[in-house]
Amino acid sequence: MSLEHYLVLSAVIFCIGLYGALSKRSAVVILMCIELMLNAANIALVAFSRYITPTLLTGQVFSIFSILVAAAEVTIGLAIIIAIYRRHETIDASKINLLKW
Amino acid sequence: MQVTMPNELVWLIFLLPLASFIVISFITRLLGNPKFSGYLSIGAILASTCLAFWALFSVISSPHHELVIPGFKWLFIDGVIDIRLGIIMDSLTAIMLLVVTIVSLMVQIYSQGYMHNDPGYHRYYAFMSLFTASMLGLVLADNLLMMFFFWELVGLCSYLLIGFWFNRPAAANAAKKAFIITRIGDFGFLAAILLLFSQTGTLDIAQLHGLAVAGTLGGAALTWAAIGIFMGAAGKSAQFPLHVWLPDAMEGPTPVSALIHAATMVAAGIFLVARMYPLFEHSPEALLTVSIIGAVTAILSAGIALVMTDIKRVLAYSTISQLGYMMLGLGTGGVAVGIFHLFNHAFFKALLFLGAGSVNHATGTFDMRRMGGLKKIMPWTYATFLIASLSIIGIWPLAGFWSKDEILASALENQPVLFVLALITVFMTAFYMFRVVFLTFGGSYRGEGKPHESSAVMTLPMVVLAVLAIVTGLLNVSGWFGSFMGHGETHGFIEGFFGIFSHPLTWVSLIMAGAGVLLSYAIYSARWLSAERIGKLFSPVYSLLSRKYLLDELYERIIARKIFYEGLFSGLSFIDSHGIDGLVNGAAASINNAGRRARKTHSGQLQLYGIFIILGITLIILAMFIFG
Repeated sequence: MSLEHYLVLSAVIFCIGLYGALSKRSAVVILMCIELMLNAANIALVAFSRYITPTLLTGQVFSIFSILVAAAEVTIGLAIIIAIYRRHETIDASKINLLKW
Repeated sequence: MQVTMPNELVWLIFLLPLASFIVISFITRLLGNPKFSGYLSIGAILASTCLAFWALFSVISSPHHELVIPGFKWLFIDGVIDIRLGIIMDSLTAIMLLVVTIVSLMVQIYSQGYMHNDPGYHRYYAFMSLFTASMLGLVLADNLLMMFFFWELVGLCSYLLIGFWFNRPAAANAAKKAFIITRIGDFGFLAAILLLFSQTGTLDIAQLHGLAVAGTLGGAALTWAAIGIFMGAAGKSAQFPLHVWLPDAMEGPTPVSALIHAATMVAAGIFLVARMYPLFEHSPEALLTVSIIGAVTAILSAGIALVMTDIKRVLAYSTISQLGYMMLGLGTGGVAVGIFHLFNHAFFKALLFLGAGSVNHATGTFDMRRMGGLKKIMPWTYATFLIASLSIIGIWPLAGFWSKDEILASALENQPVLFVLALITVFMTAFYMFRVVFLTFGGSYRGEGKPHESSAVMTLPMVVLAVLAIVTGLLNVSGWFGSFMGHGETHGFIEGFFGIFSHPLTWVSLIMAGAGVLLSYAIYSARWLSAERIGKLFSPVYSLLSRKYLLDELYERIIARKIFYEGLFSGLSFIDSHGIDGLVNGAAASINNAGRRARKTHSGQLQLYGIFIILGITLIILAMFIFG
């Protein structure tokens, strides 16, 4: 298993996440896809840390920060989605176009 | 034991009244008691007067009649401009300082009585101090830029003082008129300053004199510069055709008129020409312009003075006429001739105005038809007014005689045609001055109320000025004034005092003046001739004179209204509203339109935004790969 394998895995997961975030209707699914993208980045961070600077733990510590931020982001994101649902009775992203001219 | 004045004290002459202005404006005005302001202002000008005398004696005893005073560096750009804040202290300055300080001192003492109980007392003395300070600064300035500053300050102060009673519309309008008309002249002055600077690269007056004398500065540039300077002088000194502001300036308090007419405002123009005289001397055209304008002004305004019924207006036109004499004197005779008349005129004209103010204080009017018989009631005013009148019409041996005679003599020598105009003016001057004397002081009282003599605080300055109106002419009896100013030689006093009668010209001018007085006596005192009948006989002339040659109408109706307001300005207004506003509004409208279109792209679809972000990032990365 070389670094490339991990990076390809990371890229694939990232692209799946991106595709989902841009194309899915449901806001919850979009949130999940964003989680995918973040975790793809985490995989890349850990892989770089492991293969390029094995003696330092910088990358791994950084990915723990990233996971922490992702957890916080999910909390707030879900809260927003619930608030939107209460007001509009929908979580279809194409119908939530409040930031319009 | 003669002690030469220290340089610092010369600055004080100008700084003391300025300090008084500042202290009155910011401190004593708030203390409440108006007396403080008056005493402060008078104290400052008194100190300046003493210093001015000291300066004069220092200048007299110094070699070449000039004190050299180093200036301060003020505006300096290496190789481009070097303007210093400096002082010229020569004979011309010393004489002018004396005139300004003495007249200002007398006027301010007199004002204690005249402005008594006026609600604007503090403001009055603050402006008086500033006015005096700016005139002193103008006189002392050693370069044209500094001079221009004070020149404008003098204009500003006269605006403030003419419009002193600004809640009267006539006064407010007169102030505006004075400011605007003199501004036309100032345009010429400023243009001349710029022309001189572009030609020579210096604004230092002494250097400009040197260049003009050496011939480096010459030809058309010199002529135009001199004419521009004269234009400024004509505006300030109320020369034809820019004289129309001065009679209206009568709306201010009478002591202000005295100051404006004698020492400060109008003297500035004469002084400017005298100060820049070497430039005029080397341009015969400019000198001829000065002479012609002077003579024409003298006779035209004397004509108007013949028919005015307001005592102050007669005096105002008489001032314009005398200023014309000064210009004629400068144009034909030189600095000494013109300035000598300015020097003498300052005292007797200030006195005439203070006399008119005193009469007004007693009768409450300036209309001579409602005066009369004041000879018995106001003996001091009458006596001093009579002395001033005799002096202004040029009766031997009063002050006016000596200077007017010199102007006539130099006009006869150089410009015989202008001499004839000046001689006729002598007759007219005598006529209208004695018309005032007879109408005001002779006969019986035609007005209302019980007039009384003014208080001592008002008559005392008049007596001082009357003494000066008698004696100042004697300074040049022996030719001393002329030689002090740099030309002419001195001779014995007695020889000059009586020897003047050996010239036929003296007799001619005295006879002309006598004839004027006689005619005036015949009409207004003895009533051998009826003023109304004469008025009817020459009715077209009379109405032309009483309407001031229709100049006000020409300026207001034709030039201001038709040419500027309806012609030029409406055209400019069209360009402004359609051209310039159109440009600005068009630019705003097109941006507005673009915005209206562009905002359609904001659909509110977050995922669409996301796609664009990804596209953008992809493009940037691609660009980095391709070009980086």
